[in-house]
Amino acid sequence: MNYLPNILFAIVLIAGIGFFAKNVQKLFRNIKLGKDKEINDNKPQRWKNMAMIALGQSKMVKRPVSGFFHIIVYVGFVIINIEVLEIIIDGLFGTHRIGHQVLPESLYGFLIGTFEILATLVFIAVVIFWIRRNVIKLKRFMSAEMKGWPKNDGNFILYFEMVLMTLFLVMNATDSSFQAANSGNVISQFISPLFGDNLETLHIIERGAWWLHITGILVFLNYLYYSKHLHILLAFPNTYFGKLTPKGQFPNNDVVTKEVMLMMDPDADPYAAPAEDATDEPPAKFGASDVQDLSWLNLLNAYSCTECGRCTSECPANLTGKKLSPRKIMMDTRDRLEEVGKNIDANKGVFVDDGRQLLNDYITPEELWACTSCNACVEACPISIDPLNIIMEMRSYLVMEESAAPMELNNMMTNIENNGAPWPYNQMDRLNWKDE
Amino acid sequence: MSEQLIVPTMAEMMAEGKTPDILFWVGSAGSYDDRAKKITKAFVKILNKANVNFAVLGTEESATGDLAKRSGNEFLFQMQAIMNIEVLNGYEVKKIVTCDPHSFNCLKNEYPGLGGKYEVLHHTQFIKELINTKQLEIKDSDYKGKRITFHDPCYLGRANSEYEAPRDVLNTLNATLLEMKRSKSTALCCGAGGAQMFKEPEKGDKDINELRTEDALKTNPDIIATGCPYCMTMMSDGVKVKEKENEIKVMDVAELIASSQNL
Repeated sequence: MNYLPNILFAIVLIAGIGFFAKNVQKLFRNIKLGKDKEINDNKPQRWKNMAMIALGQSKMVKRPVSGFFHIIVYVGFVIINIEVLEIIIDGLFGTHRIGHQVLPESLYGFLIGTFEILATLVFIAVVIFWIRRNVIKLKRFMSAEMKGWPKNDGNFILYFEMVLMTLFLVMNATDSSFQAANSGNVISQFISPLFGDNLETLHIIERGAWWLHITGILVFLNYLYYSKHLHILLAFPNTYFGKLTPKGQFPNNDVVTKEVMLMMDPDADPYAAPAEDATDEPPAKFGASDVQDLSWLNLLNAYSCTECGRCTSECPANLTGKKLSPRKIMMDTRDRLEEVGKNIDANKGVFVDDGRQLLNDYITPEELWACTSCNACVEACPISIDPLNIIMEMRSYLVMEESAAPMELNNMMTNIENNGAPWPYNQMDRLNWKDE
Repeated sequence: MSEQLIVPTMAEMMAEGKTPDILFWVGSAGSYDDRAKKITKAFVKILNKANVNFAVLGTEESATGDLAKRSGNEFLFQMQAIMNIEVLNGYEVKKIVTCDPHSFNCLKNEYPGLGGKYEVLHHTQFIKELINTKQLEIKDSDYKGKRITFHDPCYLGRANSEYEAPRDVLNTLNATLLEMKRSKSTALCCGAGGAQMFKEPEKGDKDINELRTEDALKTNPDIIATGCPYCMTMMSDGVKVKEKENEIKVMDVAELIASSQNL
């Protein structure tokens, strides 16, 4: 009977991690629904970007207030999680504070003391974040796309963190042997008196807090997949695979190059039979109307987005009241990808056309045409997400597959085709300015 | 015009057996837009003054295709690009300068993959080079002490991380350079990019150029400087909307340099 807690703990742990692993698998599968895109150049620079931007939070601090508190939560989260190691060992082997037994008193005290201070700071930072969202109501958290689930999601994460930090401190405060050792209880010693001195009650509260703490962490881990909070993991690959070329450089479409080259080749025979090795594959679709037309990197971007809205708050279109919001582009992409993923799950691994797509059902042409391609959103993103690439891919689809550009743009493009200029002027007049 | 501009074409140069050091890519706006033509001429005056051995393509130049690409028409973009690359490579062009950041970005970043590999400079970078190498001497100017704020063109700034060249050039005027709150990497677009210049804006509560002009006006400038023909249109319109066109001038960096030296 003595092993019951250990077995129970093992079951909870395996279930928590197993369920998470299953969702990670699903995450990979969904991201791979995107088109292939080879990214294996300049690895040193990519590692450096990941170290600076994700690990080093270099872009977070561009906004000092949120950047500062974010670093507290981030550092706190990473360091306090060392404690989870002890909890897991204790849980599996029925030990109590194994670290206390194997580590020198001063080191253990130092570690737990650090965790306690960080837990308190995280708690404060999280409360400030909550106030920014719910009391001050910062504009970027109040946009149209932030109603309903995204708003609740943001708050749930904050509540989760408040509860986890509280449980950690309560667990320490009610641990009478830990308090008696009086080393590392820098914060919990002040909370301890609140719980009285009945050893039995203290023990029950301590066990309760301990169990709730570890179960809470496992629940939180599994919450990630359903939440914008995935960024705590995906920010790393996302910054690694982020664009290295100048922001203004848009990729050239190779399929188009082949066609154009063929057209311009005076030796090409337009009536020639297809080459021997030509396959019967349907011609590639230009641009993107749904998530499968986007690259896997676009989809990774979508899962990495934590909906902070820095992109939208810098977007010239959004700032002047247009519908376009780069954050919404990312959220829509993820929502549609989830929908496609669920469709595949429900249909034994194959996607069955549901008559819906990213274009129109999620993102409207009005949003896409409002973009100035100014790269403000790309610059603003703290983890190298590129909403502009998705916008351009979708514009490409509208123009090349649907011929659905706004009329003025069609006129402009006709002019380029006919006169080599966006205006209806004769190419022979191109040098007239010289003598005017 | 007091003095005739010297603008040799590539074809003329070739006929005379000469090779220019640099090609001046005028761009569609610089060729046809009335306001932008003034920038083109100001830049040519600088080139002439500094005795730069340059040429233009003239009637052999065609739109870069940048606008088509940003509109989503990859096909038209590549048609334009490949046509232009044939002409450029035919003349064995090595180095290009342009007053249009959109052409600059397109030629510099998007042409190489299609076979057009050149050293491409924005005119502010080239002017800076001319000043640094003493090919162009900046004497005392009327702009001394004037309040100038520089609006970063997106395709020069964020797109290609060039924030300093235009500022370095402006600094030679001994003017007071003022920074808008949103500047350099956080500069607000003028509203023309992504082919917006050629269409009506979507429904909103304000035009982007108006908002950007408000940014500029907050610095209380005498002159709003730009380095892009499209920004020029947008900012000039914005100043008109704010009814400030009598007090505040919108000028390209090249125009400021040319007029400061009475060119």
